Amino acid sequence: MVPVTWYIALSAVLFMIGAAGVLTRRNVIVVLMSIELMLNSVNINFMAFSYMLGDMTGQIFTVFTITVAAAEVAVALGILIALVRSNKTFNVDEIDALKG
Amino acid sequence: MEKLFFLMFAAVAIASGLAVVTVRNPVHSALALIVCLIQVAALFVLLRSPFLAAVQIFIYVGAVMVLFLFVVLILDMRKAVLQAFPPVKKRFVVGVILVLSAQMVAFVFLTPMGLGPAQGWEPTVESIGRVLFTKYLFPFEVVSVILLAALVAAIVIAKERQ
Repeated sequence: MVPVTWYIALSAVLFMIGAAGVLTRRNVIVVLMSIELMLNSVNINFMAFSYMLGDMTGQIFTVFTITVAAAEVAVALGILIALVRSNKTFNVDEIDALKG
Repeated sequence: MEKLFFLMFAAVAIASGLAVVTVRNPVHSALALIVCLIQVAALFVLLRSPFLAAVQIFIYVGAVMVLFLFVVLILDMRKAVLQAFPPVKKRFVVGVILVLSAQMVAFVFLTPMGLGPAQGWEPTVESIGRVLFTKYLFPFEVVSVILLAALVAAIVIAKERQ
């Protein structure tokens, strides 16, 4: 029997790896993939707690998270294609048309 | 035995997750992310949820990552690939991340938590569907509308302007 703590520690580590990717990489695609990694680590958390408590809710929320992540990726990649077509850059620091 | 499998999957997941962030070529990091997602699906099997593992592989590995690879192949990545990966200027960020992750892991291990349901808790497709289509019917419908909106939005945004 694997302690639930291990799953949650693994998900924390994966989340921080994803956060490091978002903060240090400048390639838009890699930043998006790091966001996927973070979403996925949250899924591990949901599943671990669902298993620990013997409750279905975590499973349902994992289904929802996966679905919303798929929708997010579709929109993000569409935006990315339009952006690269007009800006010709992959560097997130150079995409500053909104002066953010 | 189960612990051994967990450690195996976790080690590969963390290694490939690190590869996603550190590898220079976006195609390689997409492939590393595929490996990581498959390991997570294996962890779902260890958590007694083979249905969610199948969903994870179908949607993440089958749909999302193929979409990523398509976009990497459509766009010309050669210039981006040549950009070095220098986290030299980002030492502060890496330090903050290390401190935060040490804090999180320490917090997780210091919190007393149970082992999990001992008496064979097996979420089947039937029990998931029963909860999904009764208690969570409204969120389910909302998610389907979100998917439809995302589908239309992705096509409209990515379409070439005349």
